[in-house]
Amino acid sequence: MRAALPLFVGCACLLLILPIAIVVVLGFSGGTFLRFPPTSLSLRWFAAFLGDPGWRAALWSSLAIGGVACVVATGVGFLAAYALVRGAFPAKRLILAVALLPIVSPTVVTAIAMYYASARLGLVGNVVWVGLCHAVIAFPVVLLILLSALQAVDLRLEQAALSLGASRARTLRTVVVPLAAPGLASAALFAFLTSFDELVISLFLTNAATQTLPVRIWNSLHMQVEPTVAAVSAFLIGVTGVILAADALLRRRRKA
Amino acid sequence: MGRDRTWLLLLPALGLLVLLFLAPLAWFLARTLFIETAPAEVPALFADVLTARSMQVAALTTLWVSVLVTLATLVIGYPIAFYLANRRGWRAALVVFCVVVPYFTSVIVRTYALTVVLGRSGLINELLGASGLIGAPLALLYNTFGIVVGMTYVLLPYMVLTLYATMKAIDPNLLRAGRALGASPLYLFRRVYLPLSVPGIVSGSLIVLILALGFFITPALMGGPGDVTVAMLIERAIEILIDWPSAAVMSVVLLAATLILFAVYARVTDLRRMMGA
Repeated sequence: MRAALPLFVGCACLLLILPIAIVVVLGFSGGTFLRFPPTSLSLRWFAAFLGDPGWRAALWSSLAIGGVACVVATGVGFLAAYALVRGAFPAKRLILAVALLPIVSPTVVTAIAMYYASARLGLVGNVVWVGLCHAVIAFPVVLLILLSALQAVDLRLEQAALSLGASRARTLRTVVVPLAAPGLASAALFAFLTSFDELVISLFLTNAATQTLPVRIWNSLHMQVEPTVAAVSAFLIGVTGVILAADALLRRRRKA
Repeated sequence: MGRDRTWLLLLPALGLLVLLFLAPLAWFLARTLFIETAPAEVPALFADVLTARSMQVAALTTLWVSVLVTLATLVIGYPIAFYLANRRGWRAALVVFCVVVPYFTSVIVRTYALTVVLGRSGLINELLGASGLIGAPLALLYNTFGIVVGMTYVLLPYMVLTLYATMKAIDPNLLRAGRALGASPLYLFRRVYLPLSVPGIVSGSLIVLILALGFFITPALMGGPGDVTVAMLIERAIEILIDWPSAAVMSVVLLAATLILFAVYARVTDLRRMMGA
């Protein structure tokens, strides 16, 4: 009975991580077909990924859209988080609930509404525009991370700056931002990741020239299972891994 | 402090949400339902779309799958969260790793990974076939089972992180006191721990249900021809049929269901702890 819980948890964790581990291994496979375990290992599918102009264009598109989303969501989210943590105004719970709507509302509905507006404004396929739309769904992520990070910033340091004559803006810039820097960096990383991994909005808002990596994966899954998809997936998992590792380091700094 | 004007810092966020989220939503719904459809025809449009067989089947599928997924994540997630809340050290760190890495991996990549494992010539069928347990490959994909497995896989971390947040706050002294008074572990769990973890169960189930109702990618890739969810029906109305009014009606229904559940969720959950932040 005592061993049942660890055994169950161990099996569940294995099942959680196994599919991801398998895809990473498949990305390095040397064969022409997707077989697990692969008969040989190579980098040929990564070479195929980075050597293909279509996949390369998708990578650049993903990076550009993620960059726009990251900058906008982090900036906007930081100001909103600061207001919600420090401000004295009513209806904070309601404001927070509204701010979180983009993550709970069905992505298909959000994407269609954005597509409807974008089509009429002639903005379908515009990288900056898609980045802004991604900022909408990255913003709640930033907000949640910064609400907890700003809670840890000592209010008295801000009060000291304000009482010594610094303006709100100056206090924000020279006291709050440096103190919250590790949290801000985490938030920016996850904002980027949210956009980098997003599929449904990109599916509607990008065109053949600006499709992102997830869109291209989606399209190739509907056509044929080529091993390049495994390599691209392994690459996306790698990006997630790097960002999680960076976040772990930043968390350590936050605590220090 | 004088006049508090920090609320002004909310304006950029408000601008982003209104211009790129709320306004497009309002524009899409209002134009399709009230301007492009004559006011007198709106009730008939709703009636037509909602009584169509495809919509009724999709609504039932969506509900059924979402409830199954919620139950599955609860049954699998509860022990994981319990373990995490009561252990420390490298084992707990490893469990966190196994929950968090999938959580932050792209949904399309996770779904693809599952199709590789569950496919006809995937790992599971290969292993079962090689061991002689089955004669023909099992149909683990492209049916309702595939959707439920896929969505459970994708949504499990939400359940675990929500339950963990509640369980972490349960005072271990209560259990110690109960043990000192002679209660059996099972009795303690049933009478003390489980009731105290109910808020987490409610919050976790609600967030999984909310996300499951609107799920699109996983059902679209892992379901069979007969497994069409409402989200998939909406996408088809736009991409294949170019039928904006139907898409608008179905969107209203899906949005309303989501918003009602979210209103309940927001009441019972500390929203700042949402997504395990």
